[in-house]
Amino acid sequence: MSLDTVKHAAETPDAEQPWKELGLKEDEYARIREILGRRPTGAELAMYSVMWSEHCSYKSSKVHLKQFGEKVPANDAMLVGIGENAGVVDVGQGYAVTFKVESHNHPSYIEPYQGAATGIGGIVRDILAMGARPVAVVDPLRFGAADHPDTKRVLPGVVAGIGGYGNCLGLPNIGGEVVFDACYQGNPLVNAGCIGVMKHEDIHLAQASGPGNKVILYGARTGGDGIGGVSVLASETFESTGPAKRPAVQVGDPFQEKLLIECTLEIFKEKLVAGIQDLGGAGLSCATSELASAGSGGMRVELDTVPLRDSSLSPEEILMSESQERMCAIVEPQHVDRFLEICEKWDVIATVIGEVTDGSQLEIFWHGEQIVDVPPRSVAHDGPVYHRPFARPSWQDALQADDAGKLARPANAAELREQVLRLVASPNQASKAWITDQYDRFVQGNTVLAMPEDAGMVRIDAESNLGVALATDGNGRYAKLDPYTGAQLALAESYRNVAASGAKPLAISDCLNFGSPEDPDVMWQFAEATRGLADGCLELGTPVTGGNVSLYNQTGETAIHPTPVVAVLGVIDDVNRRTPVAFAEEGQLLYLLGDTAAEFGGSAWSEVVHHHLGGLPPKVDLAREKLLAEILISGSRDGMIDAAHDLSDGGLIQAVTESCLRGGKGARLVVPDGLDAFTFLFSESAGRAVVAVPRSEELRFTDMCGARGLPVARIGVVDGEEIELQGEFSIPLSELRTAHEATIPALLA
Amino acid sequence: MTTRIGVVTFPGTLDDQDALRAVRIAGAEPVSLWHRDKDLHQVDAVVLAGGFSYGDYLRAGAISRFSPVMETLIEQAKAGMPVLGICNGFQILTEAHLLPGAMLRNNHLHFICRDQKLRVENAETAWTSDYAPGQEISVPLKNMDGRYTADERTLDELEAEGRVAFRYLDGNPNGSLRDIAGITNAAGNIVGLMPHPEHAVEPLIGTGRTDGLGFFTSIIKKLVNA
Repeated sequence: MSLDTVKHAAETPDAEQPWKELGLKEDEYARIREILGRRPTGAELAMYSVMWSEHCSYKSSKVHLKQFGEKVPANDAMLVGIGENAGVVDVGQGYAVTFKVESHNHPSYIEPYQGAATGIGGIVRDILAMGARPVAVVDPLRFGAADHPDTKRVLPGVVAGIGGYGNCLGLPNIGGEVVFDACYQGNPLVNAGCIGVMKHEDIHLAQASGPGNKVILYGARTGGDGIGGVSVLASETFESTGPAKRPAVQVGDPFQEKLLIECTLEIFKEKLVAGIQDLGGAGLSCATSELASAGSGGMRVELDTVPLRDSSLSPEEILMSESQERMCAIVEPQHVDRFLEICEKWDVIATVIGEVTDGSQLEIFWHGEQIVDVPPRSVAHDGPVYHRPFARPSWQDALQADDAGKLARPANAAELREQVLRLVASPNQASKAWITDQYDRFVQGNTVLAMPEDAGMVRIDAESNLGVALATDGNGRYAKLDPYTGAQLALAESYRNVAASGAKPLAISDCLNFGSPEDPDVMWQFAEATRGLADGCLELGTPVTGGNVSLYNQTGETAIHPTPVVAVLGVIDDVNRRTPVAFAEEGQLLYLLGDTAAEFGGSAWSEVVHHHLGGLPPKVDLAREKLLAEILISGSRDGMIDAAHDLSDGGLIQAVTESCLRGGKGARLVVPDGLDAFTFLFSESAGRAVVAVPRSEELRFTDMCGARGLPVARIGVVDGEEIELQGEFSIPLSELRTAHEATIPALLA
Repeated sequence: MTTRIGVVTFPGTLDDQDALRAVRIAGAEPVSLWHRDKDLHQVDAVVLAGGFSYGDYLRAGAISRFSPVMETLIEQAKAGMPVLGICNGFQILTEAHLLPGAMLRNNHLHFICRDQKLRVENAETAWTSDYAPGQEISVPLKNMDGRYTADERTLDELEAEGRVAFRYLDGNPNGSLRDIAGITNAAGNIVGLMPHPEHAVEPLIGTGRTDGLGFFTSIIKKLVNA
């Protein structure tokens, strides 16, 4: 096939083009022709198709995501907002933190190991491209039913991929979640988050300005992996029937990425770059068009200078390749030699592939012939925007009317005891140590808290002991019952988890996992969830710094539960004051903070005991969440609490069990006035936490709660080697431990 | 004069910063060494830190063992310079034949990260003299290829000469023969182990224990008294 040059395209307006196969709709193709005033060349078509895909352009979600920019709480911590590779937050002492969560859902279903591995690789490069040193990763994961045979294929592969890549990269994995639900069968959610730290003056932005500046591609050679991954994989529903379009999933090389990180940080240190962008989804198409459009506009690239792994690749394939471990930097000419020298030191291949021009077009050449001549903004930012129709699903009312309150409760103490054991042994509530022990949580030597703590926490300054905490949460069952409230509950839980660790919540990132936007039911869920999240952030005063949307998580007609995952970042002035979850000392007094009501809709109890999902999720009171967080943070700072655990899915008994097992101590509990034992143990009312208070601090702590108006009830004491609920039952810790820890290895090992 | 302890960075070394920090906390002067540089910069002892040098793509430690810095290091170690190999560093020491045996993939085939209880079997090496013989310590373990193996004769020899420096307690995490977690050469200057003492030097970080600090205080005392 001869080269499809710009000149050739202009001369052959009627040539047939594979726009459909590349995932473009007819009107989108027409739009491209209109922008260019001619038909696109093959290379241009490749670029537009990947950049205008759902994954890159957010064409279905954009109109809803706008709210995050409009409903911005007054918060002076934001240094860089939505739109850059990742948002940046001021954490004090001259430090800035950048963090983000992204999805790698579809590739991880097809090829669990590489899909998950490259998910980590991608998010880490995003953080690196902001000028930050990546310091920790987290992984919110969702799989199909724990006992489904395919889960045994997907989960071990995903976990090995996260470990294989992250461990080799030298980043501690400090948090995340593992949730099982049949709705994720065929559509597992593999989200990956990363935190990076830098000084304020080191923030780098993705822009190419200054005519004459060089465009340097560095890192791995470009190969044929992941071509079209973006357009075809991430933006099309898996069809249950018919031949599947499944291009190769990218293959990761964590060793190369480690070199890329160290090399890039050394380059930053010497201030050698004017702009920088990582290569992820849509590869060079994305990096060149985004860099150029964020700068003065003009860029000229000699595509044949790109180092290749496979010399037979066509220019279109090179532009679309999603080969991992690559970065693109804009470097002033006088810095080029030093830049290349540092790359050589780290054995990283670096090539000048082009330069910034004073024009306004992105021009790409292949052996001297022009194959791309486009306004870069039209590729990077002027993609289509859809106002997808949405409507409250016809089944929503019936679902909400199916109240969990009518479910049969345990009839006696023996049944209550048995249900406690079933709950803590159920796959979603069981210990995930078999999974998290496959991740290195110690590397870098700054990990203060890691799984199974409420939030991960790392020290970022060894002199001052400044630290940051991150928690991620999402509950698809709640969101299915009510997406607006479900999104707020995810936000509230994550916020509460950060506060429970002793850190002050500052800002959020999100990963919004939903079904097909072409289904009005799903679009309604999405609209409701984004509205709930934006309203919630406004009220809590935590801005959205950026995030990621993953749509088309559905097989045939069946969508996943709407699953907004929220990551809350917090800061703690002195990590010595962090609060662990473990009840470690006998005699500590246990207090329940917050109000408990009979709220069982979407609860773990309703799932485990009755396989039920219906009714309404717990109510949200964000003012209460704020107050609870203030109490938890003050209590930690002033040494009034030794341990804290947020209450969420599984309720109080789940939290107490985890804290007891973690500390190796038992607890004697009493049901507080006004509650029955069942509601006390299993309710999932939000805005609650259980804390362990040293006897010497009891008065000071309860006085503080009283003065601030936070309901507080003494519910017991840390003692013995069993969990005893007075007048009801007692369970030896050893029995609880076996129940809690045996489930996951039995299913997956 | 302050004791200078070098930490080598190979491509893919991960725990070099941690090892440097541990050296500093213990009271010595940490010195970064680079794999391409043959010069050891007058250090008194060297730590080969953990990680995945060269991605462990060929065999853990197999490529690093041939780096320029190792040429000098092998020569000096044989002449008596103290060397501690942690995890990947231990693997490099066996690849370099400074210590006998080899590490295979963990018997359960998974990466494992956990707090690991050890018994200090030999408290007379350059790196363990601050421990009591038989002392039980807990430090993080994290690796994929940690299963120590050697032929029976070598194992018997190690046992007979008291060269098994550390043994796993409360469950062998990876199938290592005779529960061996670390060994020493006959002279006691070269020690290798899979667990990570450099991750257990601050009360707040990692496991919340400082059981690993003894490695670094041992070597400093030895060098100061030398």
